Amino acid sequence: MPHFDQTLDVKGAKCPMPLVKSRKAITELPVGKVLQVISTDRGSVADFQGWAKTAKNVELIAQETVQENGQELYVHYLRRTA
Amino acid sequence: MTTPMTEAVDTQALLARIAELEQRVAALEQSPAQSIEDRLAMVVFSGDLDKAIAAFIIATGAASMGLEVSMFFTFWGISAVKKQKVFSGKNLLEQGFTAMLPGKLGELGLSQMNFFGAGAQIIRSLMKKHDVASPEELFAMARELGVRMVVCDMSRELLGIKDEELVEGLETGGVATFLGDATRAKVTLFI
Repeated sequence: MPHFDQTLDVKGAKCPMPLVKSRKAITELPVGKVLQVISTDRGSVADFQGWAKTAKNVELIAQETVQENGQELYVHYLRRTA
Repeated sequence: MTTPMTEAVDTQALLARIAELEQRVAALEQSPAQSIEDRLAMVVFSGDLDKAIAAFIIATGAASMGLEVSMFFTFWGISAVKKQKVFSGKNLLEQGFTAMLPGKLGELGLSQMNFFGAGAQIIRSLMKKHDVASPEELFAMARELGVRMVVCDMSRELLGIKDEELVEGLETGGVATFLGDATRAKVTLFI
């Protein structure tokens, strides 16, 4: 698990809400800091890759899938770069 | 070995070069049609709920990804940004259109399987059940994210839609308003 500075819980939120909420959270984060996003939306895995590819101020450091109470959690680590 | 004299000349040459580059940058910025920006321009032509949902999801998603987003509501699509029906001050034909068309986003029907509005209600309840943001929430989110929303004035007038029937704070424009943004956009959509 990479180092992170803040966590955003978007469990239950569906497309496009994980993205909308993460954007808001990352703009409130100082440059260089890392945001951990915990989602239950399977589509968010590809979504965050697409976002990082497009956005100039976001870097996707890592993604992982973890099991919690029989539920798949998709965890994303994003660094604000500008 | 550089002398103070040649250094001064070098500095002057550099300053002149910088001034020239600044002028070129300014000139480029003044002709935006030539520069592609991180922008999405969308025409919302359809007045169907399912297509409006798609339009607002793409708009909010794109805005979250850091794109500038412009939505142009034209023809049936204007129904998606109405807030009420107004009959007074309209001729018979305009009143007919007002009666037949949705009065707000909440009255939009599906493009398929609408069954006189029952289909739309089923989709709305399914969205709620699956924790998907409602069309109204998506619209509010789009506005909050600074999505530019322009209503086509020509089709608004054609359909007899009055300004007081529209949601507050929308812009008014025409085809050039759309194209002005579309020519600078990386993504353009017609929904």
